[in-house]
Amino acid sequence: MQEFLQQLVGGLAIGGIFASLALALVLIYNAMGLVNFAQGEMAMLATFVAYALINRGMSYWIALPVTLVLAFGGGIVIQRVVIRPVEKAPILTLVIITLGLATLLNGLAGFIFGYVPRSFPSAFSAQTIDLLGVFISYRDLGVIGVSGLVLLAVYLLLQHTTVGLTLRAAAHHPEASRLLGVQVSWMLALGWGLAAAVGAVSGIMVAPILLLEPNMMQSIIIYAFAAAVLGGIESPIGAVVGGLIVGVTVNLAGAYLPFVGGDLQLAVGLAIIIVVLIIRPNGLFGRAAARRV
Amino acid sequence: MGRNPARLAAAAAFLVTLGACGGNPAPAPQTDVGITSNSILLGTTNALSGPAAAYGTIANAENAYFTYINGQGGVNGRKITFKIYDDAYNPAQTVPLTKQLVEQDQVFATFSGLGTQDQTSVRDYLNSKKVPQLFVATGATTFNKDFSSNPWTLGWQPPYQGESRIYAKDILQNHPNAKIGVLYQNDDYGQDYLKGLTDGLGASASLIVDKESFDVTAASPAAQLAKLKAANADTVFLFATPKPAVQSLVIITALHWTPTIYLNSVSNPQIYMAAAKKNGAALANVTSVSYIKDPTDPQWASDSGMQQYKTIIASCSTCKPDDGFNIYGVAVAYTMVDVLKQAGTNMTRKNAMDIAANRLNETNPFLLPGIKVKTTSSDHFAIMQEQVITWNGTGWTLQGSIIDERGTLK
Repeated sequence: MQEFLQQLVGGLAIGGIFASLALALVLIYNAMGLVNFAQGEMAMLATFVAYALINRGMSYWIALPVTLVLAFGGGIVIQRVVIRPVEKAPILTLVIITLGLATLLNGLAGFIFGYVPRSFPSAFSAQTIDLLGVFISYRDLGVIGVSGLVLLAVYLLLQHTTVGLTLRAAAHHPEASRLLGVQVSWMLALGWGLAAAVGAVSGIMVAPILLLEPNMMQSIIIYAFAAAVLGGIESPIGAVVGGLIVGVTVNLAGAYLPFVGGDLQLAVGLAIIIVVLIIRPNGLFGRAAARRV
Repeated sequence: MGRNPARLAAAAAFLVTLGACGGNPAPAPQTDVGITSNSILLGTTNALSGPAAAYGTIANAENAYFTYINGQGGVNGRKITFKIYDDAYNPAQTVPLTKQLVEQDQVFATFSGLGTQDQTSVRDYLNSKKVPQLFVATGATTFNKDFSSNPWTLGWQPPYQGESRIYAKDILQNHPNAKIGVLYQNDDYGQDYLKGLTDGLGASASLIVDKESFDVTAASPAAQLAKLKAANADTVFLFATPKPAVQSLVIITALHWTPTIYLNSVSNPQIYMAAAKKNGAALANVTSVSYIKDPTDPQWASDSGMQQYKTIIASCSTCKPDDGFNIYGVAVAYTMVDVLKQAGTNMTRKNAMDIAANRLNETNPFLLPGIKVKTTSSDHFAIMQEQVITWNGTGWTLQGSIIDERGTLK
């Protein structure tokens, strides 16, 4: 029983990591109606920026907001330079561009910082809490807690501010928005900036656990996609709940299904994506897309 | 460049005269592809970029040793040229780059190519071309074990199975009642280690109470370690590449678990131990093995081999002297030069392979005292001795004496 609880708690801990990146995926989906395959690499690069700042003597608590601002700006620059020229291209073009961007950013980080896994400071202690023999570290709790805060911020922004409303309108009804005087293209850039900043939070939170190196996010991006799809790709709360469910499912499947074991955990993540897309394409929290014909 | 018929004729006349004299001069010096009267061309593929780029410095350190030897006049008057290509640890790039080394650059031998998968992907090719694939930079047991079917390929460092047999010996001697949990990577690398441990424990293999595999692409091995703890293991083996190994050391502490830890040598360099410590790992009771002098260990400060290493590595501006991969590169380059020196005037690929596979008997100044680089006609594993080391909080301490596993792998 104790082992089961430990696996459950371990699943929640890893699920928090998936959730934090899934939030950024959801945000970009809300901003432009597509998934950004470079999201993980953007988060990784932002974490390296924080690492470089801290290594030059900047305190963690100053480096954190500075990195978020830089990531925000970086996201906007990427949208303006890379995405905008092909804004009206078919969705496949955009998807391939984000894939190319992922490869480019990964190589860039490797070129500048090398591939040795590095430790990264954490805002939370490495100590663990003992819950009747089940252990969870403050860092794991921190990831879940910060994901919750980011979720709240994203929710308030999207649902309760004019900017959020404009953002969503620009993504889903660009022509109508334009007629109403919305600067659609800049709204998309804003969405990229916000998603990059949320991704940076994710990278900075998970780097102490995953160790910082250029491939850091590659091990979790598939699970983050699974989390976002499970929760409903447009729903921030769905991303967090989906992340926790995926984390627990993958952990328990690995521990108790002998044919899964440690080897096929990634397959479980992929299976979740496929099953959700077949049975409930809008996910747990997504609304069914209705189209009048 | 025009031919000079007169000179050709003179040479022919000279040869005829030589033959006619029927004298008995010294055997004509033999050479091969990649050898001229004043040069030897070697080539390698290494990961100068990509996920394993931390290893890339090995090639530069090897080059630093060849530069040092060239500065002393080279090998029997021949200077070594070393071509380094970046395969980014990707077998799909290793293949064309190796073909380029062989067919375009016309190297005498490939030397110290990096990576199990990468070097496996060119093994058949190099063997069919009869080009020496010498001292591959991987501990996969197959590279020496399968010499009879791949007579142009040899590894150098202790094979992973040999290393885990040494752990098995240490367990049987010092922890005969251990309850062993094994965490291993679910690829050839992890399974090679696991096999060595199981074989080495022999009749005591039942000491292993649980073994859990993980995929190298997984985010974290936390679930597997929780299982090992739940299985009441008091000794845990980490057969993992550096990143999951560091994570494991941290997770073990986070689980409030204090087993004796055996950490595979691939993941024991100081930089990884430091990363684990920074992230909260207690690092109590960590054991590993070593066969090479650790540049950060103060006990070698006045050692002549270490001083020689420091001199050599200073010529490589990008090589960090404290990085254990660099002394590895210098040490394996020492053996390569040893082979070339022994080949002497009979500088053929075949002779070089013969020396490397059957006639090495070298005291390498960069390896721990007492360790021999040795091959015989019945044993092609060059290094089969290692010494147990334990983590003292800031560095590794050598324990006991050298453990010899020579002859246990066939």
